[in-house]
Amino acid sequence: MDLITREYRTVTTLSGPLLFAGKISGGSLGEMCVINVPGGKKRTGQILQLMGDYAIVQVLQGTSGIDSDAASVVPTGETAKIGVSTDAFGRVFNGFGEPIDSLPHIIPARYMELTGLPMNPASRQKPDFFIQTGISAIDGLNTLVRGQKLPIFSGAGLPANELALQIVRQAKVAEAESFAVILGAMGITSREAFFFRRALKETGAMERTIAFINEVSDPAIERLFTPRIALTTAEYLAFDKGYHVMVVLTDMTAYCDSLREIGSAREEIPGRRSYPGYMYTDLASIYERAGRLKGGTGSITLMPILTMPDDDITHPIPDLSGYITEGQIVLSRSLNRKGIYPPIDVLPCLSRLMNLGIGKGKTRDGHRKLADALYSAYARGIDVRRLVTIVGEEGLTELDRKYLAFSDEFERRFIGQGLEERSIDATLDLGVELLNTVPERELIPTTRKG
Amino acid sequence: MKEIRGRIYGVAGPTVVVKGMEGPTMNTVCLVGKDGLLGEIIRIKDELVTLQVYEDTGGLSLNEEVVSHALPLSVKLGPGLLTNIFDGIQRPLRKIRELTGGFISKGVKTPALDLERVWGFEPLKKAGESVSPGDVLGVVQETARIALKIMVPPGVSGVIKEIKGDGVSGSEPVCVLEDGTGIDLYQDWPVRMPRPFQYKLPPEVPFKTGQRVFDTLLPVAEGGTAIVPGGFGTGKTVVEQTIAKYATCDIVIYVGCGERGNEMSEILTDFPELKDPSTNLPLSLRTVIVVNTSNMPVAAREASIFTGITIAEYYRDMGYSVALLADSISRWAEALREISSRLEEMPGEEGFPPYLATNLGGFYERSGRVKCLGDGERTGSITVISAVSPPGGDFSEPVTQASLRFAGSLWALDPDLAYRRHFPAVNWLASFSLYHSELSGWFRDEIAPDMMDLRGRLYSLLQRQTELKDIIQIIGVEALQESDRLTLEVANMARESFLKQSVFNESDAFNTYEKQYWMLKTIFSFMDAAASALKRGVFIETLLESPLRTRIIKMQNTPNEGYPKAAEELIAAIENEFSMIEEK
Ligand SMILES: Nc1ncnc2c1ncn2[C@@H]1O[C@H](COP(=O)(O)OP(=O)(O)OP(=O)(O)O)[C@@H](O)[C@H]1O
Ligand SMILES: [Mg+2]
Repeated sequence: MDLITREYRTVTTLSGPLLFAGKISGGSLGEMCVINVPGGKKRTGQILQLMGDYAIVQVLQGTSGIDSDAASVVPTGETAKIGVSTDAFGRVFNGFGEPIDSLPHIIPARYMELTGLPMNPASRQKPDFFIQTGISAIDGLNTLVRGQKLPIFSGAGLPANELALQIVRQAKVAEAESFAVILGAMGITSREAFFFRRALKETGAMERTIAFINEVSDPAIERLFTPRIALTTAEYLAFDKGYHVMVVLTDMTAYCDSLREIGSAREEIPGRRSYPGYMYTDLASIYERAGRLKGGTGSITLMPILTMPDDDITHPIPDLSGYITEGQIVLSRSLNRKGIYPPIDVLPCLSRLMNLGIGKGKTRDGHRKLADALYSAYARGIDVRRLVTIVGEEGLTELDRKYLAFSDEFERRFIGQGLEERSIDATLDLGVELLNTVPERELIPTTRKG
Repeated sequence: MKEIRGRIYGVAGPTVVVKGMEGPTMNTVCLVGKDGLLGEIIRIKDELVTLQVYEDTGGLSLNEEVVSHALPLSVKLGPGLLTNIFDGIQRPLRKIRELTGGFISKGVKTPALDLERVWGFEPLKKAGESVSPGDVLGVVQETARIALKIMVPPGVSGVIKEIKGDGVSGSEPVCVLEDGTGIDLYQDWPVRMPRPFQYKLPPEVPFKTGQRVFDTLLPVAEGGTAIVPGGFGTGKTVVEQTIAKYATCDIVIYVGCGERGNEMSEILTDFPELKDPSTNLPLSLRTVIVVNTSNMPVAAREASIFTGITIAEYYRDMGYSVALLADSISRWAEALREISSRLEEMPGEEGFPPYLATNLGGFYERSGRVKCLGDGERTGSITVISAVSPPGGDFSEPVTQASLRFAGSLWALDPDLAYRRHFPAVNWLASFSLYHSELSGWFRDEIAPDMMDLRGRLYSLLQRQTELKDIIQIIGVEALQESDRLTLEVANMARESFLKQSVFNESDAFNTYEKQYWMLKTIFSFMDAAASALKRGVFIETLLESPLRTRIIKMQNTPNEGYPKAAEELIAAIENEFSMIEEK
């Protein structure tokens, strides 16, 4: 490494968020740069690609207003890092980790690289610890466990943020002492930002929360850093300090759109719906950071929120997310319209780690069978509902009618619990009670507590 | 050893461009930069050489040095593979954990296998005997389950001058030939080169998965290939893991290609405790895991399936039946696409390189049942079962379509069934098996003369149910003929009892063919007895209220050992009850 600071006044091309500089004689992939803009504020860049003596630099604040003749690029010799400390509890930062709560900078205990390192699969501790969220559609049917990554698939205007906050608030009780929350917000509106800050304060969760907030009006490329800053901080809390960290990332759709912006500025061959072909790998480098380590005490549980464009679950953002995460909680517009809260569309929901967290000694013996029976009865009820619209009520058998009634009750009482916080016992008891009217009753064992 | 050097000229994603190398060789490995990251030469163009780098390229600087020894990317084969877990380029992950803790640091170097470890060796050849490729020199008991055969490597032959009597390790040859050639306990083999065998054998024995819907309806032959496409959450990984647990075979190579870390921790935790149903020994003793999770470097993900299949071939060559389970081949294809796009190659469909199908074929075609090289008339097989993850669950995409060309069985998973928690969520009508005619002789001789007929009846029943469902959509159930309502009901019973199979139900997770046969037999006994009762004028409602229905649905809960007794009793009860109805 040469000690003289190199400054390159060789900017040749500016394109969207990218800056191309020539005659580069050093620099490394991922290195951070300062971009001096005469008469303007310094900007922050990162080297995305090096080829020959050319560097492609992504500029967090965008290139608008940069004069290619006057601007210069100064590589800092540093990769992207964040200073972490438990002093950050209660604080609010922007999407790049700078304080925005008019308090001073924190004094970091450590600097950590944002990209992180992949967790060794042989070091992972199998997740099996039940987290009670107090929400029946989750606890009863799609149980969350520590170290899981379970996203909420939402639609524009559906109450995903509210649900996430309710989960954070209710899970806090179960996790007690060692609980921490990290909020990473990308491209949220100032109204949403205000909602989060107020809600976290009101629930008393704020002193255990660290928030990184990038609003719609903030630089779009900064969003690519926000989830990584959030997760790097989470890794520090979980694996250095032993906290059980719940990370909420909202909205991953805004993140993906920034990723697309970089991709098209680089003139890459786009993948589906013009998102980059490497979006799976990129999202995985975020989502896979959830987990637990063998011999460690802490955990990272990740709850990303994304908006399905046009409510389409096959859109690449929910699709690739679903392929990486360990299940999904899907919100439904039609339940929301019926006034059911939380409007969880249970059929497409899934928790892949559920079986590890339930059963005897954890929730209750027979929990799996009960959940399966509820699913199968509800699916049948939905079929009947569809049939009714074609053949009318007269074409139904007696049994069909029972299923129809079941599905209505199930939506109204089991899913639509409102703001009530339900214990797992209350959830399971209600499930058994609802099943009484349909033949699936025979398939579940007479339930006892256990 | 030839050594050539160059300097980094460019870095783009997982690829590095190097300048100044003299006489580089395609597909040989290099050490890149000050950390010595491993890379493979994938393009040579004029004075520039492009590498795919198996570790994170972040932090690599221009002008760092690159060194090549002109060796191909290879795996180390020998004792110690079983029970182990490796990354995509065979770095031992447990060992790395000891070295670097919870996370994998860059540039860690440690041998794939412990070459110093001394293994008990039982020689089968003596000095003076002449040997040729594939001949078994002796055996090492690798695990309580598997005796590893130390074979003469391809291309080596001669007369034995000296052979070890007992303890062997990697530090000196197991055997020395008259011409001075030493044969080591360990072999290196290039991952992209198939290992040789004598000839391929036709498929004629089923690969037993223990899962009813596969074994009976959609069998795959030993040495065959099956693909399991399905949208997210439809149950591909559970299919792969269930087969890893219960399949009747000698060796399982599980390749976690670009998927989740937590899924691996489940296997790692459970397999040492779970028992292989055919030997009652821990599953880990027959398993090798190769894993490159989605967040590990993509180039190593690309290599992982070749690392896996080379290890599979090594055990095949000993005469074992090997299952190679790949989850998911789509992630491999995406790694290929990512690298190809960095090379700025002309893309084919959906950005995949035009050689996607060729490379994929190169992998699938390494499956098969073969006559092995060497003495002892050994037959070995590799059955490949790979998951495919089509974007948006749409099977018309390139990776599913390319895989279909090489698949003997298609196990298509259906989100609608998964939503209802009908598992395995196999869409029986969209799936197929090309092996069933080749296997029909085996079914007739080994299971029962009417096994294929029952299978055929089940197919027609399910087919008919689909037609009837369309009709109901128009006229309602009540308007159906009684015989059709019976068909509908029996089809439902078959779905509930036979096609559904929960991995969480211990007595049902693994089924012998005997149980599968007798369950089918019982279902159709019910159907036949009910049909004849209908003919005699009994009302369908009366038949459907019979408690026998629930007994049939719960038949799956009776473990394998309970058959045929459980079925015979139930069939007798059916005949008895339905004839009583007549007498009323
Ligand atoms: N045979 C089965 N028995 C019971 N449950 C099952 C079965 N197969 C799948 N499931 C359920 O479905 C969930 C999803 O299955 P799985 O993880 O195998 O999906 P996948 O197809 O591999 O998804 P992805 O492509 O996202 O990896 C499981 O966690 C489990 O709850
Ligand atoms: Mg999977």
